[in-house]
Amino acid sequence: MNTSNQEHQQDLHHIKQMMERSSRFISLSGLSGIAAGSCALVGAYFAYDVISTSSGNVLKSLDVNIYETSRTGSVSIESFMGNRLFVIAVITFILAFILSFLFTYLRSKKTNTPLWGSTSKRLFINVMIPMIAGGIYLLKLIENEAYGFIAPGCLIFYGLALVNASKYTLGEVRYLGYCQIALGLINLWFIGFGLYFWAIGFGVLHIIYGVYMWNKYERE
Amino acid sequence: MVNDEINFNDLKELLQITDGNLASHIKGLEESGYIKVLKGFIGRKTNTTYTTTKVGEKAFKQHIEALEKMINSTK
Repeated sequence: MNTSNQEHQQDLHHIKQMMERSSRFISLSGLSGIAAGSCALVGAYFAYDVISTSSGNVLKSLDVNIYETSRTGSVSIESFMGNRLFVIAVITFILAFILSFLFTYLRSKKTNTPLWGSTSKRLFINVMIPMIAGGIYLLKLIENEAYGFIAPGCLIFYGLALVNASKYTLGEVRYLGYCQIALGLINLWFIGFGLYFWAIGFGVLHIIYGVYMWNKYERE
Repeated sequence: MVNDEINFNDLKELLQITDGNLASHIKGLEESGYIKVLKGFIGRKTNTTYTTTKVGEKAFKQHIEALEKMINSTK
């Protein structure tokens, strides 16, 4: 009697597992979170360095061309792109992306799921919608010199993307999303401290999330 | 139901079984009226998808309930 009970439990567990596998992208690795968080902290450190060597004048460190802004009344995206902070941000993002991808790729080998399948496609689309909308919004913020609102914007849109993504991947991502949104909103009352909020949200929170997820699912 | 429909290849990848094994199970399910087979095309490539029928959903639900009942009764 006990062995058939065990079999039934296994059957049920297997069915539930299949349902999960078919609807969610389960290969998201906790190590990706740790890697991305670490890249963000390193990037934030370099950014802090750049800002502080411009004697705390963020505008100076952004190399905003005075003539250009007084002529057109706004900052052109081209003049912004060349500056050091933007370069740091881009390098940080690319590095974080490559490392995250790598760890998730390794995990997908263990879970025996394809990296690019119906679940990851669905996840990708649902993450991209808030991110692209946010990206366009942030570019316009930059153009209008609303620099203080960039960090809150990043955190809020990213948080919304995560909450949306949680339906299509590991559900715990939802709580990470809530935290990012909260952090972004709080930042709105502390305009000027964006770099610190950015470092906490993209850095510290990702590491905490990564460690928690790795411990829950991947530690063997 | 977690998915509205699924195609043959995704199903095969999900269950990690051979073409023939999957095909015979699908035949059985179709003959019992539990699934509906939709044959179509993506461009010129054939694309076969499967959806559950009301009868199939009910049978699945009963199966789950039966399993849970058996687990709980022997506790």
